[in-house]
Amino acid sequence: MAKAELEPVIGLEIHVQLRTATKMFCGCALGFGEPPNTRTCPVCLGLPGALPVANAEAIHYGLLIGLALNSTLAPVSTFHRKNYFYPDLPKGYQISQFDLPLCSGGKLGEVNIHRVHLEEDAAKLNHVGVGGRIDQANSSIVDFNRGGTPLAEIVTEPELSSAEQAGQWLRLLRTTLRTLGVSDVNMEEGSLRCDANISLRPAGSDQLGVKTELKNMNSFRFIERGIRAEVERQRALIEAGEEVVQETLHFDPRSEAITSLRSKEEAHDYRYFPEPDLPPVVISESMLSRAAAELPELPAAREQRYIEQQSLSAESARMLAWRAELGDYFDAVCEADRSLDAQAAANWVAELQGRLGDQEAEDSKVSASALAQLAALVASSKINQGGARQVLDQLVNEGGEPAAIVADQGLEAVGGAEQLAPIVAAALEANPELTERLRSGEMKPIGVIVGEVMKQTRGRADGEQVTALIREQLGLS
Amino acid sequence: MADDIQALSAAAAAAAIADGGLARAELFEHYRARAAADELNAFTWVAEDEPTVINGPLGGVPLAVKDLFCTEGIPSQAGSKILERYCPPYTATAVANLAAAGAPLLGKTNQDEFAMGSSNENSAYGPVLNPWDRSRVPGGSSGGSAAAVAAGLAPWALGTDTGGSIRQPASLCGIVGLKPTYGAVSRYGMIAFASSLDSAGPLTRDVTDAALFYRNLVGRDSADATSVAFPGPIDLPTSERLDGITLAVPTALVDGEGIEAGVRESFEASLETARELGATIVGCEIPSAPYALSAYYVIAPAEASSNLARFDGVRYGLRTEASTLDAMYTQTRHDGFGAEVKRRILIGTYALSSGYYDAYYGRAQRVRTVVSRELAEIFTKADFIATPTSPTVAFRLGERTADPLAMYLSDLFTIPMSLAGTPAISIPSGLSEGLPVGLQICGPAFSENRILDAAHALERAIGFDGAAARSGGV
Amino acid sequence: MIDRDELLHVARLARLALDEDELQTTAAELSSILDHVATIDELDLEGIEPTAHIGDVEDSLRADQVARSLPREVALAPAPAIRDDGFLVPSPQGE
Ligand SMILES: [Zn+2]
Repeated sequence: MAKAELEPVIGLEIHVQLRTATKMFCGCALGFGEPPNTRTCPVCLGLPGALPVANAEAIHYGLLIGLALNSTLAPVSTFHRKNYFYPDLPKGYQISQFDLPLCSGGKLGEVNIHRVHLEEDAAKLNHVGVGGRIDQANSSIVDFNRGGTPLAEIVTEPELSSAEQAGQWLRLLRTTLRTLGVSDVNMEEGSLRCDANISLRPAGSDQLGVKTELKNMNSFRFIERGIRAEVERQRALIEAGEEVVQETLHFDPRSEAITSLRSKEEAHDYRYFPEPDLPPVVISESMLSRAAAELPELPAAREQRYIEQQSLSAESARMLAWRAELGDYFDAVCEADRSLDAQAAANWVAELQGRLGDQEAEDSKVSASALAQLAALVASSKINQGGARQVLDQLVNEGGEPAAIVADQGLEAVGGAEQLAPIVAAALEANPELTERLRSGEMKPIGVIVGEVMKQTRGRADGEQVTALIREQLGLS
Repeated sequence: MADDIQALSAAAAAAAIADGGLARAELFEHYRARAAADELNAFTWVAEDEPTVINGPLGGVPLAVKDLFCTEGIPSQAGSKILERYCPPYTATAVANLAAAGAPLLGKTNQDEFAMGSSNENSAYGPVLNPWDRSRVPGGSSGGSAAAVAAGLAPWALGTDTGGSIRQPASLCGIVGLKPTYGAVSRYGMIAFASSLDSAGPLTRDVTDAALFYRNLVGRDSADATSVAFPGPIDLPTSERLDGITLAVPTALVDGEGIEAGVRESFEASLETARELGATIVGCEIPSAPYALSAYYVIAPAEASSNLARFDGVRYGLRTEASTLDAMYTQTRHDGFGAEVKRRILIGTYALSSGYYDAYYGRAQRVRTVVSRELAEIFTKADFIATPTSPTVAFRLGERTADPLAMYLSDLFTIPMSLAGTPAISIPSGLSEGLPVGLQICGPAFSENRILDAAHALERAIGFDGAAARSGGV
Repeated sequence: MIDRDELLHVARLARLALDEDELQTTAAELSSILDHVATIDELDLEGIEPTAHIGDVEDSLRADQVARSLPREVALAPAPAIRDDGFLVPSPQGE
């Protein structure tokens, strides 16, 4: 068999904890690290006789997500019971949605959305050993504070083709959700959780291969690394002529090992049926208009605005729009000095972010007004690029005022013909041989002369201006 | 004096208290003492002192409550071993509504486990005896409630009806039982059997008591998403005639096999009485009725299999310790549930399982649509549908336990209304060989006022006397 | 008809242990009930919508307002086993 190039096909399932005041089906406040089992009631403990009542705000958040993802919003949406036993599931079923999800279809960026539905989160299980007795099974302790937290599950079509693309798209989704204000979207704290369905197929084929499901990766880096590792694992299997087995997998970011999540694979039979305790939710005109009215500017629109109104490059616009915090910071820089050229400001924001790594610009020691001041100093030629980078380094490390740092460290640009001309003349004089070669039309040595001038000015001169002066003094045109 | 108190209906007792002729504490103590001396096994818990009573329209008349209603700090075991001694941290809305209207809790009554049964023989706390004949069942699943009221151990009682569990025991015990329109009474705090069918309602000595009880029971509850506000108030019935009223009798159904001659006789006498009161009797057909029974025995177990999944030994109730989680689950549920509950959990799980859903649950839900349509069609031509409540009088203890299917057939006349969510009342229509027979009157959704009125007129004309049962019981 | 393997599968889904004698009687009982239930096949249900909920509830949603949670000791009181303020269970991973 001729070896066709194998391409990954990746679909994502994202669980988003909604930031409502109360749980999905009861009035308990959402838990944020309170002592265990202090945020429970008969409903979220699954006590006999207790009944769920759906949280209107969670439905509203679901509609906001649907609008942001250009989904079709169901006129009537129903809840179903998904039946299975697990200690973190107090009722023996999870209330979820099945055949009539709140939102169907849609698109974000280049990726099509399959559906968005609402459900309740499981409780938290903490595993503990039993009093040192090896022959005894381990135990778990259940804390129901998290149980019943509203979740939106967003499912993409299997259209992503690389780990990088998946990571990038997930950032866009996260920014979109954060902009909507529907979730904290904090992966480390579990308010945004991602599973990936991964398969490989010969490039150009339209058939899907056997897929595996990679569970619960809790950071962007792990997601990209996990997907990459699973793609490689599958590739190796296929190339060795072995079969990929459909299974649920766990990625260990420390060892990069991928392990099967269920040793005893049991065919699931969730016995979905319509939740009799919850009547169908009719999405009224007023619910729709409220959601539409509350829809903020989303990353895609922001990207467009940056390009059209502030003439940013496509690359800058996307970088700032898809990372809302960075975009907000950029907006603050522009606001601090309205005379700034937006692209120059964007470049300085990018320069700053490059130095910060994972830290957010707004959490750094560099205030937006300081960065604006720095950009203005460059724009007015008070300092050159090299000097500005030095100032930025110091701002990142210690904070402060750019003007003060410039003055302190004597970083003002040496500019203007009056200041530079004598220095250029001296440099030419000190290198008669090179000067002769330049006069004869050989331009190579000009760099040495410029370097000499830079040395004399400790890098504060503008290279282009120095070159112009050399040509002028030697009568070259 | 005790005999005088015993002779009072709940409404009459409330009136006597209101005009000062009877002390509230005396009334409570009278029934408390009788309930405590219960020989029918009707009660699973009896109050020791009168609780704080709120002044209200129910006048302090004590209330017996089916065990599956959660009552804060008081055992609420739903007739199951898996909830032995379980005391919930909250009270069901229905019980709270009645307490707020002035009906203090007298005791909790025995029932079939999780309301699954038609004889009260499926209780983990033993069967209840019928006060008319202690060798016979009181019916079920609200058997304890029905027996307590019939024997005068309680003035009135709260029960639940999923496929007939108020009407059938009311019929077998010779009292009045009202199954409301689905959603008219909150289910919050009622330990669920089949959520889309469960309804809470009164078991009382007479129709007036049922109306008084029911008017304080209904209401939209924000804690039950399926509850609805009753359109308008519930009136106390005054009718003495049935002029202009049309009663439809599903001829094929009531002429079918399995209906006892004595029951048929009493039913026909009731129809004759209705005619004399001015009613018109017409025939009708509910062609789907036999299938309704099948649909019910899919839908109810399916929902129950899911509703009972929460009894897993983790948060409350019985646990059989085991070293693995699965062994703990399966052994706890094996030890905690009785045979009938296990049977229904298995049927329900099967009916919902992959590959069978459409054939069983899906089809059953379609039958439900058909039943609702057929009843609605009848109500365009008739005010009410009338049937015997149960095809038989109270049967002997143990007589049907060996054959679950035969037991299920007890619900033939009551199940169509359960599937359609429509209200129905059972009133005593007479005796057959010394045992009570019930007449069922069913109307469209929210027609309770009209049903109570018609039942009131029939009750007066029939003149059933339940005093014989009230002299026993202790 | 429901055979032994199917019954065991269903019992497993329902987390219900069955003794040997329970297995035998239950299989027979369930079969007779299911046979009876199968009479619905006689009905022509073509084009008929299923009924999952009775009645029309217009406003079944709840405002997003915080209600008081149970005190922890009340939540834990009926639990068969507790440890470290939580509900103690055999670990699902210990199998
Ligand atoms: Zn809660």
